[in-house]
Amino acid sequence: MKRRDFLKATGATGLFILFRATAEAAPQLIPNRPAGYPQDFNAYLRIGPDGRVGCFVGKVEMGQGNMTALAMLAAEELDVPLDRVDILMGDTDLCPWDGGTGGSLSMWQFGPVLRGAGAEARAALLQLAAERLQVPADRLEVQAGVVSVKGEPARRVDYGQLVQGKRIERHLTDVKPKPFSAYTLVGKSAPRKDALAKVTGAARYTADQGLPGTLHACIVRPPAHGATLKAADTAAAERVPGVRVLRDGSLVAVLHALPDQARMAAALVKASFDGVPLALDDRSIYRHLTAKAGGAKVGVQEGDLKAGEARTSTLVEAEYLNAYVAHAAIEPHAALAQWKDGRMTVWTGVQAPFRVKAQVAEALGLPADKVRIITPYIGGAFGGKAAGPHAVEAARLAMKAGGAPVQVVWDRREEFFLDTFRPAAVVKIRSGLDPAGRITFWDCRVSGTSDREADIGYDLPAKRFASTGDAGDIGTSTGGGLHPFATGAWRAPAANTNVFARECHMDMLAAKAKVDPLAFRLRHLSDQRVIRVLETAAERFGWVAGAAPSGRGVGVACGSWRGTIVAAMAELSVAAATGQVRVKRVVLAQDMGLVVNPDGARQQMEGAVTMGLGYALTEGLRFKDGRILDENFDTYRIPRFSWLPAIETVLVANPELQAQGGGEPPIVCMGAVIANAVHDALGIRLFELPMTPERILAALKA
Amino acid sequence: MAKSTAFTLNGKKVKVAGDPARMLVDVLRYQLGLTGTKLGCGAALCGACTVLVDDEPAFSCSTPLADVAGKSVLTIEGLARDGVLNPVQRAFHDQHAFQCGYCTPGMILGAYALLKKKPRASRAEIMAELEGHLCRCGSHLRIVAAVEAAGREMGGVL
Repeated sequence: MKRRDFLKATGATGLFILFRATAEAAPQLIPNRPAGYPQDFNAYLRIGPDGRVGCFVGKVEMGQGNMTALAMLAAEELDVPLDRVDILMGDTDLCPWDGGTGGSLSMWQFGPVLRGAGAEARAALLQLAAERLQVPADRLEVQAGVVSVKGEPARRVDYGQLVQGKRIERHLTDVKPKPFSAYTLVGKSAPRKDALAKVTGAARYTADQGLPGTLHACIVRPPAHGATLKAADTAAAERVPGVRVLRDGSLVAVLHALPDQARMAAALVKASFDGVPLALDDRSIYRHLTAKAGGAKVGVQEGDLKAGEARTSTLVEAEYLNAYVAHAAIEPHAALAQWKDGRMTVWTGVQAPFRVKAQVAEALGLPADKVRIITPYIGGAFGGKAAGPHAVEAARLAMKAGGAPVQVVWDRREEFFLDTFRPAAVVKIRSGLDPAGRITFWDCRVSGTSDREADIGYDLPAKRFASTGDAGDIGTSTGGGLHPFATGAWRAPAANTNVFARECHMDMLAAKAKVDPLAFRLRHLSDQRVIRVLETAAERFGWVAGAAPSGRGVGVACGSWRGTIVAAMAELSVAAATGQVRVKRVVLAQDMGLVVNPDGARQQMEGAVTMGLGYALTEGLRFKDGRILDENFDTYRIPRFSWLPAIETVLVANPELQAQGGGEPPIVCMGAVIANAVHDALGIRLFELPMTPERILAALKA
Repeated sequence: MAKSTAFTLNGKKVKVAGDPARMLVDVLRYQLGLTGTKLGCGAALCGACTVLVDDEPAFSCSTPLADVAGKSVLTIEGLARDGVLNPVQRAFHDQHAFQCGYCTPGMILGAYALLKKKPRASRAEIMAELEGHLCRCGSHLRIVAAVEAAGREMGGVL
């Protein structure tokens, strides 16, 4: 639905709405509504005269399907059909504040907020209906938005009639959320709300807004990280008919009503740059990371490491490396900004519209209420659109464009240059086995990222987890310190790095102990959720116990993220002549607590397995002296159809646990499960991601 | 310099003024307002901008306007007829063969071009045809299944 139609349908443009619960009277349905979220449920829900429910959330839809799952939560609590719920997302003028879409938080953190608002709204509607129908509220029932007296279906009134476009204040007490057993919608797969728009080309992304008079901006960029613009001679560009050049400090842009003309004119700019880029490349970076990483922060230290080492009969020590990885969403970063009537409006695909609103306001020196961010559909983000530098660029230029809207769309080279990459990292693990084949100690030090998810709770008598470097967990960090360019959150930040290291190391220990890698894990586990997920994966996979390397090419790994437990098993073959890995089958089992929309959860699992093949096998950013050598998809290779394994997903039922994370967890095992299966196939151990054919051939020769 | 290029767009004759060396994707999106065609890589490497030119898939980011003179261009906007989804669109819709949806128009057109020629295309042929289309969300599994289902509908049972 178009935004304009949405507003009309839900009445948000005119008259309206409904109830107010005073803060003290508000039922503490959600004991701690996270800081920043409005307590008043009116912020989240509107009911139109036709009884349609308008749902307003600050989260954004970037493909992960929360548009549908969040609407399901509202529909469930209000007892209306899903197709009568309209959802508007990521508009800072119309939606309540939100901290951002990422970290698999939509269901886990925001879900209870929306459920609470829905339950409160339903209770208020029942109170209104009780007065209207002159019966106690406990004699009422709701079906599809119609309230009726139990046993007397003719005595009825619907939500639209109750609200009648009025704002009604209600003081509510004793509201309870629906128990899981009463759910009729949540827990069953639902049709995606964005399906029709996305298969017809009607879905509008940032660059599709088509605002009349838009100028397309092409920004002058440095050739390397560490270089800054010294001077830009734009005379030749300015001679191109229709071209305007705008400058704001070091931001220099060539603009034209047609984007390709702007690009052509920008190529005529003669720019010079200052600065000395860091003399680092994708090989020397690992030494740099460990050398720079002095003073590790100890996250966890338990037990006596020295005593553990003293009774070690087999010491296993290894370093695990992973390269910088790009987000490489197919939709580039884009923003359209318009300065009108003293306000800046920016349409832009960002994961945290409210954070970007503050960034834009700060960059322009405006009060926050003079900035509005509107988030259209996002064509993939994966953490790469957590911040809004592109929105700030468009807004700065629009400020100088005399009222003309300004659109900035990064080209693919800019995407690969300005991305906030997943940080390269080195994970060093020392550990050992006693003669009985039990782990004696575990000493892990992470350089380049945080130690998040380095520990899954294996029974370790002594353990230490330490890390240096920027987590890249929240937002982004700029280059110049530990990393030569900006790094940031990449789908399950730090977890892909740490699960790869830990689960490879578990396999090395299992191999030393000559024990089946699954049995070795179970021997060191007491967490029943992890055990159950591993056993579920094994059952579906048809895991046959045997010490690795068995020559079969099978592997196992488990991990966790945002409360969700995952286990992966894979089968693959390796062409010994070429080093090419062919992943044939992946089974992924997952306990994510209550599954709101099972089909949506499976989509995330299938997508994560497919995407994860990339960082496991091919994706590693090449760079030298500040220059990014990968500039497009010809050399930066992401998964394609020919790579596709059979993917089987298993949702481990645990509905009494509230919904946990869904978007990120299923990707965390992919590096390790493939590395372990490669070891099982050939007896070689790859310590570095990606596991390219060249590295596999080198390991075979060694 | 008032050049113009005539071609058929989604069944209707159009005449576009301007430099015929401009790329079709820019003309479609910014001159004709058809934004269903997406720009992904600008170098014929991702398939997001795929349209059909005389029923053959073409990367519109790398197809000059001059190349479609006198030809018939089909974009995603022209695939559904009278509000009825094409079988490929319907299969993508029903099977949720997309996530972010950005590669979807190009993906659907690429698959449609194959099935129009060969409705009984095998799974291997479908995957080979779509190999040049990138999907970062990892919807590949469902896309293949959706194209197979659409093929059954377009060409009878395999």
